[in-house]
Amino acid sequence: MTTLLGVPLPALYGQLLIGLINGSFYALLSLGLAVIFGLLRVINFAHGAQYMVGAFVAFLLLRFGAIGFWWALILAPLTVALVSAIIERTMLSRLYRLDHLYGLLFTFGLALILEGLFRHYWGAAGQPYPSPPELAGGTNLGFMFLPNYRGFVVVASLVVCIAVWALIEKTSLGATLRAATENPQLVQAFGVNVPLLLTLTYALGAGLAALAGVLAAPIYQVNPMMGTNLIIIVFAVVVIGGMGSIVGAIVSGYLLGILEGLTRVFYPEASNIVVFVIMAVVLLARPAGLFGKEA
Amino acid sequence: MKRFNAMSTTALSAVIAATLAAPAMAQEVSGDVVKIGILNDQSGVYADFGGRSSVAAARMAIADFGGTVLGKPIELVDADHQNKADIASNIAREWYDVQNVDAIMELTTSSVALAVQGLSREKGKITITTGAATTELTGKQCSPYGFHWAYDTHALAVGTGGALVKAGGDTWFFLTADYAFGYSLEEQTGNFVKANGGQVLGSVRHPLSTTDFSSFVLQAQSSGAKVVGMANAGLDTQNTIKAAAEFGLVQSGQQLAALLFTLAEVHGLGLDAAQGINLTEGWYWDQSDENRAFAERFQKEANVKPNMIHVGTYSAVLQYLKAVQAAGTDETKAVAAKLHELPVEDVFAKKGTVQANGRMVYDMYLFQVKAPGDSKGEWDYYNQVATVPGAEAYLPVDQSGCDTASFAAN
Repeated sequence: MTTLLGVPLPALYGQLLIGLINGSFYALLSLGLAVIFGLLRVINFAHGAQYMVGAFVAFLLLRFGAIGFWWALILAPLTVALVSAIIERTMLSRLYRLDHLYGLLFTFGLALILEGLFRHYWGAAGQPYPSPPELAGGTNLGFMFLPNYRGFVVVASLVVCIAVWALIEKTSLGATLRAATENPQLVQAFGVNVPLLLTLTYALGAGLAALAGVLAAPIYQVNPMMGTNLIIIVFAVVVIGGMGSIVGAIVSGYLLGILEGLTRVFYPEASNIVVFVIMAVVLLARPAGLFGKEA
Repeated sequence: MKRFNAMSTTALSAVIAATLAAPAMAQEVSGDVVKIGILNDQSGVYADFGGRSSVAAARMAIADFGGTVLGKPIELVDADHQNKADIASNIAREWYDVQNVDAIMELTTSSVALAVQGLSREKGKITITTGAATTELTGKQCSPYGFHWAYDTHALAVGTGGALVKAGGDTWFFLTADYAFGYSLEEQTGNFVKANGGQVLGSVRHPLSTTDFSSFVLQAQSSGAKVVGMANAGLDTQNTIKAAAEFGLVQSGQQLAALLFTLAEVHGLGLDAAQGINLTEGWYWDQSDENRAFAERFQKEANVKPNMIHVGTYSAVLQYLKAVQAAGTDETKAVAAKLHELPVEDVFAKKGTVQANGRMVYDMYLFQVKAPGDSKGEWDYYNQVATVPGAEAYLPVDQSGCDTASFAAN
C-alpha cells in the first residue's frame, strides 16, 4: 500500500475529507463573525451561543412541534435572527458610539446568560438529534465510508458561503451596506436607513451561526456548551483570515479544517492547538491576517 | 430553714449538673449540628453525571435517616467546584474553617478529589468520594479519613475490559483522552485485556474536549481491532459514540466499550446512538423492586432516574450518619473507625465492606445498552451481561500502594 510518512494514502484521503467537513463549520461560523465585524465593528462573542441556540431551536421544534430537519433549517435561523435583531435594536446599538470593548463585553455576557439558561433547563449532558431520514446511511468511497449527511454539510456550507459573499460583494444592497459602514452620515444623507441596515446585518450574522447550529445538531450532541468549545477556534480562524475579510474567513475556515485533520493523523495530541500555532505565525508575519488590508 | 437549705442545695446541684452536662454534650457533636457538604460539578461536563441530582440524593439520605443524629440536627450544604482543584480546595477550606462542616462527599473529577482528600487529611476531616475515578485515592495518596465509594478506574477496567475479552473481544484499540485519567484507564484496561489473553493493537490520544471525533474513529476503524475502548469521559465519550454511530463502526463488526459511562449519559445520547455499548456500573434502577422503588422516589425529587454516582452519594451520606450514630460523636477518628468497621447494607450496596485503605468493596455489573426496539420505554436502557464480584473489581489493600501503616501516626 502506498504510504506517506508511514500513513497509508487511503487513510490520508479519509482524513482530508473529514478536515473539509470540519472546515465547513469553521467557514460558516467565521463567515458570520466576519460579516458582523466587517460591517458593524462588533466583536460578536455571542456567536457561539447563537450557534448553540440554533441547534436547540431545531431540537425543540422536533421535540414539541414534530417539525423536522428541513423546516428547522429555515425556521431556526429565522428565529435566532429575529431575536438577535431585537437585541441589537434595543441594546447592542447603544454601544456603537463607545469603544469596541463594550460590544465585546456585552456579547460575552449575553453568551454566558444564554448558555446558563439552556444548561439550567436542558442539562449539561446534551440532547440527541437524529439525522434527517433522507440522508441516513452512507456511501463507500473506496478509501472511506462517508456518511451522506456529512457530504450534504460540505455542499450546503459551500453554497451558503458563496451566496453570502456574492450578496455582500456583488449586489447593490451589499454595496450600500459597505458604504454605510464606511461613512454612515453620508449614506444616511442619501436617504438610506442606516440603523435598519446594521440591524439586518447583525441578524444575518446571527442567522448564519444558527444555520451552522442546525447543520451541526445531527453530528454533535445538542449541548449548551457546544458553542463555547468551537467559538475560540473560530475566532482564531477569523484572525488568520483577516478580521472582517469575508473571503478570508471562508478560505481560512476550510484550510484550517484540513490542516487540523492532517494533524490528527500525524500528531493527534497537537490537534487542539495547531490552529493557534498557525494564528501566532500569521500574526507575526502578516499582522492584518492572510486576506486583511493593512489599516 | 434547714429544709429550705436542703432544697436549694438540691436545686443548686441540679443546675451545676446541667451546666457541666452541656459542654459534655457539645463534645459529642461539634457545634451541636452534624454538617455534611456535597462538593461537585453542578454546571460543567459532569453536571448530569452527579450535580444537583446528587444533592437531592443526599437530602433523601438525611430524611431516610430521620433528620437528626444523636438528637442533633443534620445540615446539608453544597457547592459547585467547576471541576477546578483550586476552587474546590478553597471551598473545602472555607467549609471546614468557617462553617464547621464535618465531612465532604461526592468530589467529582480525580484532580479535585485528590486535592480535597489531601486537604481534609491535614484538617482531620472525613471525605467520601463517589464521583471521581482514580485508584490513587485509596492508593499512594490514601488517607485514614478518606473513603472511596461507587467505582474506580480499576473496577471499570475489570468490568468492561475483562468481561469483554472473555466474550471473544480479544483485540483492542483505544481512543484515549490525553491526560492522567485517560492514561491510567487505558493502561489498567489494557493490562486486563492482556491478562485474559487479548491483544492491544494500538491507541490514539485525543485532546480533552475535542468536538469532532470522526478522524479518531476512522483510525480506530482502520486498526481492525474487534473492540474499540473509549478511555475518556463525559462529553468526549458522547461525541466519540456519535461519530462511531455515524461512520458505521458497530455495523462493520467492531464493538464499542465505554470505560466511564453511566445512565445519565446514555439518556443524553439516546438509544439510537448508544445501542450496543458495553459499560460497567455499580447500580441500575431496574435490578430489583427495592431499586425501582428508590428510583421512583428519586425521580420525583430530581426528574431523572439515578445512576451509580447519585445512589452512591445517597449511600455515602447514609453510611456516614450510621457511623456517627455508632460512634456516639462526630469526632473524626471515632467516625472513621466506625466507617472502616461497619458493613454497608442499603439500597446501593449489599454486603459492602470498607477496606483499610478506605475503598468500599461491593459487586459491580457489566451492562449492554439496549437497541431502541428492545426498550420498553424511557429509562429502560440496560441489559445486564455479567456480575463482577467486589473482590475481583477492587484492588486488595496490599496491591493498592496505600501505606496503611502510616495511618497509625495520625
